[in-house]
Amino acid sequence: MKAEKKKKIIKTIKINVDKCNGCRACEMICSAFHAAPKYSSNNPARSRIRVIREPLNDMYVPVYAGEYAAAECAGRDKYTIDGKEYDECAFCRASCPSRGEFKEPDSGLPLKCDMCEGEEEPLCVKWCTVDALTCEEREEEVDEEVKMENIEIGLASMVDKYGLEKVMDTVARMSKKD
Amino acid sequence: MRYAETGFNLEIDLTRGNIERVATDPKDTELYLGGLGTNAKIIWDRVPPEVEPFSPENLLIFGTGLLCGTPATGCNRTIVTTISPQTRLMAFSMMGGFFAPELKYAGYDKVILRGKSPDLVYLWINNDKVEIRDASHLKGKGAVETAEIIKKELKEPKAQVAAIGLAGENRVFFASIEQGRSSASRGGIGAVMGDKGLKAIVVRGTKDINLARPAEFMELCNEVLKYIKFRNDNPIPGVMPILAGLGSPQEMKVHDEKWHTENFMWGNSRTRRKDFWSKEIATEWMRTMDSMRKRLISCYNCPMTCGATIQPPGLPTYMMKCFTKLTYTMAAMSDLEFGLGIAQSATEYGVDGFSAPQVMAFALELYEAGILKDEHFPGMPSDNNGRFYWLLDRIVRREGIGDVLANGTYWAAKEIGNGAEAYAHNNIKKHEQLPLKLSMLNPIYFLMYCTGEKINITQIEGQFPQAPFPTREEREEFVKDWIQVPDDKFKQIFLDWELRGEKSLPLYPTVQMCCDIVDWQERMHYIDDALGMCAGLSSFPLKPPYHIHNYPKFISSGAGIDMDEAKLTQAAKRYRTLVRANNTRRGMRRKDEKPPEDHWKKRFPELEKELLDTYYKFKGWNDQGIPTKESLYEMGLDFVSEDFVKRGILTDSEEASTKETQSKKEKEQGEGGVTT
Repeated sequence: MKAEKKKKIIKTIKINVDKCNGCRACEMICSAFHAAPKYSSNNPARSRIRVIREPLNDMYVPVYAGEYAAAECAGRDKYTIDGKEYDECAFCRASCPSRGEFKEPDSGLPLKCDMCEGEEEPLCVKWCTVDALTCEEREEEVDEEVKMENIEIGLASMVDKYGLEKVMDTVARMSKKD
Repeated sequence: MRYAETGFNLEIDLTRGNIERVATDPKDTELYLGGLGTNAKIIWDRVPPEVEPFSPENLLIFGTGLLCGTPATGCNRTIVTTISPQTRLMAFSMMGGFFAPELKYAGYDKVILRGKSPDLVYLWINNDKVEIRDASHLKGKGAVETAEIIKKELKEPKAQVAAIGLAGENRVFFASIEQGRSSASRGGIGAVMGDKGLKAIVVRGTKDINLARPAEFMELCNEVLKYIKFRNDNPIPGVMPILAGLGSPQEMKVHDEKWHTENFMWGNSRTRRKDFWSKEIATEWMRTMDSMRKRLISCYNCPMTCGATIQPPGLPTYMMKCFTKLTYTMAAMSDLEFGLGIAQSATEYGVDGFSAPQVMAFALELYEAGILKDEHFPGMPSDNNGRFYWLLDRIVRREGIGDVLANGTYWAAKEIGNGAEAYAHNNIKKHEQLPLKLSMLNPIYFLMYCTGEKINITQIEGQFPQAPFPTREEREEFVKDWIQVPDDKFKQIFLDWELRGEKSLPLYPTVQMCCDIVDWQERMHYIDDALGMCAGLSSFPLKPPYHIHNYPKFISSGAGIDMDEAKLTQAAKRYRTLVRANNTRRGMRRKDEKPPEDHWKKRFPELEKELLDTYYKFKGWNDQGIPTKESLYEMGLDFVSEDFVKRGILTDSEEASTKETQSKKEKEQGEGGVTT
């Protein structure tokens, strides 16, 4: 079976931390846009973008809310860049039990960036007039089908571990069930 | 539901440790808007003139502007109001940064503090949970240091902290309240905070601020944002760079300091150095700035990057903005490296960057003149830079001569005596001014200096060009898109204004025109101070994005209060008058309303008298500068006129009282010499 090429629009928000002035307009406008009704209120604590700020250490990193994680990672990471040590999990986009970021302040429900669906460009980008946040769109051709080689790699490791016979038996038994 | 504002104030009694959340009257918002306006009303209602600055009955109010916390770009001011120990009048210093929006998101429009805590404490506001906490471990700590320690101990990196340093704790009359990249510095409000035993206010808020008509409001916000971009791309031609753009003066960005260093005064506002700026100095200062400046930074929800993170070699990092860049350098006749270095100490100690350097230069002038002697300066180093560090230390600790100097030049000169008063030459209403000494009287500035009650020229000037443009063509070009004028007559005044000849200073603009111009300039500052808007996007620069025509729409759609230009003008006039009423009640009269004697070399006493007479009348004040019964009635301030009559400030026949009430304290402080 041959994989089919499909066209897809990819939106990339480019984050230039060197240009961030720490004003948090992105947080403000994000929370206003996602209020119901739209713009009826604002509250940066509901924002789907957070500027990690440590002014005296010259740290300003806008981070976007990504996937909800039911459980935290087994370990945590901590980056040091240019001699500046960032907080644990500073760059992680997950709404996760280990921290307070990207959760509605009252309900605790997870938040996720939706690139301001329906708008010309994400509003955090529009309101960032210092250009720390810019948005780029490009079209890419991507394989929509799962590549056969990937299945083979997986099966090969199963065979390595359990032997070909056991794997074949299991596949046969699974196919009878359906 | 309340819109834009929260509808609640926090009332803190520091004597008893009592905390209350009090609902406010929406009618007061309509009459006085918020921020400075409602602060002035509270001072009027609750702080009568008998209350001394360091009395437990004095209030210290942290008021957010009406539109703080909404999406309006640059609206982030906290207006701190109290009775100043230095001027003994109502002080209303402001700070930008992140404090006001955070307080709004915590659910409060103001924090109103009264009483005195027996031990040093800090206030921790975390949404509905508010507590007074022990701060004994923070005693003597720097203002920036304090903020970092508190955020760590509370495990709240997102909390905003307004703190005092050693100067505030020791009640230095020009102590500031520091808040990250911003500070409320003028009038010695940090001393009142220290007197109350309050080291810091810490706030974290995660609640909503609502808008009355969101779609309309956002459209206005988008227009403003677009206009800011336009103005940033199109600086105004024909004016010096510092006046061409928006924002606070862009001191952190600009390397060319020819104008400031050659036109402002050095030392104790004495020496003009006309040929100071050279290629070598330009290169050296640029190297200094580039090596210490880590990043240009902004206040909440503003793209203007007026501040910077500064890292002097071997010293902790701090944040700076505006003209403090040069005040220490110029007072000490030193260089930029010294100025940026000592400003680090000054920020931690928490002192006003205008007053502090002048007080130190004043002390050294007295020393040179032999009025202060060696015995007053035991152990002072011999080099100028070292002397400034030494003096700053004595002042904030109130040690020896520092204890006298800590009261500012006016009170220090009185106490020192022996001719010292002539050296406290740069004050208005007992408060140190920008070090400017000019040649010929400017009638517009004369009126602003005389009658400005924030007592700082940058807090009343703006909007109208400081000088005429040389050619008619340039002027015509300028007025073409001058949409901010409240009336087209201002365009005509500017078009006819010439550098020389009949229509030039000091006789043109005419007295009446000067009244109109000053009134407009002042009105815009007062509106900003009630809404919480940064003057750098509104009242201070030429052609700002916020003006009298779009402000009413912002208020209507944001706060849901019906507003038009006439109603807004009347509201601003109302609380502006209330500020004056507070000060009138505290003894402020015509004799106090004058620029420093030597501000201009060439003066015109008759014209000056006419200017002040006409402006007073124009404002509805009598010839002592006291609001008349008639004008008070017109603004619905009958309660003020009743109080004035009761106190004998106005009589039933509405004649000005000639009684000059010099406060007891002033007389006391006027006597006695210096002791070390």
